[in-house]
Amino acid sequence: MNKARSNPLNTLMMHGALILYTLIALFPVFVILINSFKERRSIFREPLALPNAESYSTIGYNTVMQQGDFFLYFQNSMTVTVASLFFVLLFGAMAAYALSEYRFRGNMLMGLYLALGIMIPIRIGTVAILEMMVATGLVNTLWALILVYTAQGLPLAVFILSEFMRQVSDDLKNAGRIDGLSEYTIFFRLVLPLVRPAMATVAVFNMIPIWNDLWFPLILAPAEETKTLTLGSQVFIGQFVTDWNAVLSALSMAILPVLVLYVIFSRQLIRGITSGAVK
Amino acid sequence: MNRARIRWHILVFLAPAVIVYTAVMIWPLFNTLRLALFSVIEQERVFVGLDNFRTLFFDPIWSEQFWNALGNNFWFFLIHMLVQNPIGIALAALLSHPRLRFAALYRSAIFIPTILSFVIVGFAWKLILSPIWGIAPSMLDAVGLKALFAPWLGKEEYALTTLALVSVWQFVGIPMMLIYAALLTIPEEILEAGEVDGITGMAAFWKIKLPLILPSIGIISILTFVGNFNAFDLIYAAQGALAGPDFSTDILGTFMYRTFFGFQLQLGDPHMGSAIASAMFAIILVGVCIYLFGIQTRMRRYQL
Repeated sequence: MNKARSNPLNTLMMHGALILYTLIALFPVFVILINSFKERRSIFREPLALPNAESYSTIGYNTVMQQGDFFLYFQNSMTVTVASLFFVLLFGAMAAYALSEYRFRGNMLMGLYLALGIMIPIRIGTVAILEMMVATGLVNTLWALILVYTAQGLPLAVFILSEFMRQVSDDLKNAGRIDGLSEYTIFFRLVLPLVRPAMATVAVFNMIPIWNDLWFPLILAPAEETKTLTLGSQVFIGQFVTDWNAVLSALSMAILPVLVLYVIFSRQLIRGITSGAVK
Repeated sequence: MNRARIRWHILVFLAPAVIVYTAVMIWPLFNTLRLALFSVIEQERVFVGLDNFRTLFFDPIWSEQFWNALGNNFWFFLIHMLVQNPIGIALAALLSHPRLRFAALYRSAIFIPTILSFVIVGFAWKLILSPIWGIAPSMLDAVGLKALFAPWLGKEEYALTTLALVSVWQFVGIPMMLIYAALLTIPEEILEAGEVDGITGMAAFWKIKLPLILPSIGIISILTFVGNFNAFDLIYAAQGALAGPDFSTDILGTFMYRTFFGFQLQLGDPHMGSAIASAMFAIILVGVCIYLFGIQTRMRRYQL
């Protein structure tokens, strides 16, 4: 490496710019979190101060626990996200395998058909989706959301997974065939374990939009017992606009699970994006 | 080999994905386009042809709202293109600098807003910009710019731009990551060859790296376009379904929601809602086609 690219002044300026933007990115989250642990007066008097012995209070969290059923919301979000991811991965991998492994008439066409949904947002069809869910009695059930998110996630999943499945060695699969394994066994026992990293990428990509979606929970499952965490906090905050403690605490409680998930999966996510899976 | 034999396993592998995808995504999409041609007259669904679109585009009450939402949506998109993508590219260029310390840390921190839900982002910024709480005015006061403060979200002329900037703040991580990934694929030899010719620093970025990442910039542009033209959540979370003040933050997503779901005293109208959805579909389709046929095929790609 030569000198031209490592001028100390340049390095300093680069760090300066990055630190500035990092502060901009984190500041709102930080302000919400620290103020959720303060009593009402200090929230207004010194919004930027950390909570201390005098201003510390969890009154907001108490209100949230009493008034909103956040554990239920959390459970619903968890069920919907996990179930949708399961179906996206299972169905997506199966279809990707069929498209990448076998030559049959209409293979290309089927691939294109499944890829259509990458660019077209599923929200456009909301009116008809709602009618269908009402007709089948699925409205206000978690199944409505799981089905929608599965359909939404499949196109990209099939696209990414079939790219990876083409790289699985043919010799391995043929060896399996000679040993008399069925096509299903080859898929589940030989191929799936090999594309596990790609499956993780797909899972992480889908997880955040599903967890954070407000549109479909609002339209398909707004009932109290099927509210997701995102919709639940939206409704809760709407009702408690003037109770700043409760609002800040509710926001913090909504931030926390995502933040924890992000800390666990961020390496996977960043590796997934940077490995060129979405090119 | 018996060619006519049906290979059942192919069918079994394909069926679940194709069925769910067709039933929940493609079929409702076409059904929505079809519903746009119907209307309810005396409690019966009747075929009315293009009447709904005529109402949408030419009836003064509807068309005013529609053009307002469409115009706002274009402004929303423009701000993203002019602010979000350049900042994302700049951050990616900084992060991809060789031997930059803490790069992973910066990258993870800057991506955090992107993983938060619109509800959190909308309310958090609403609180911060609120004149009642006073974080924004007191911070401006600290740098001597207090006079600049206004209740941005409550003023018709600023509200949409403010929300667009909030959305930029939230999603800057996506162009940053995609461009960062593209920059990492540029081989070291090319940059070194440039250095030999005396092209370093900023010049290397403009003359060597930028032309090489143009395809990725094309991709983030079309992702931004599609994302913006079906945006809804942030506006709804921050301003409600009425997209106040006085519809100044109304975009196609909120307009469609209000129309087909109804709000306050207005009853929902699924057929007009479908008509708006069809218009959104057409806009997105035109955008995607311009990208696929007009931009992507003409873009020069370099074999690295």
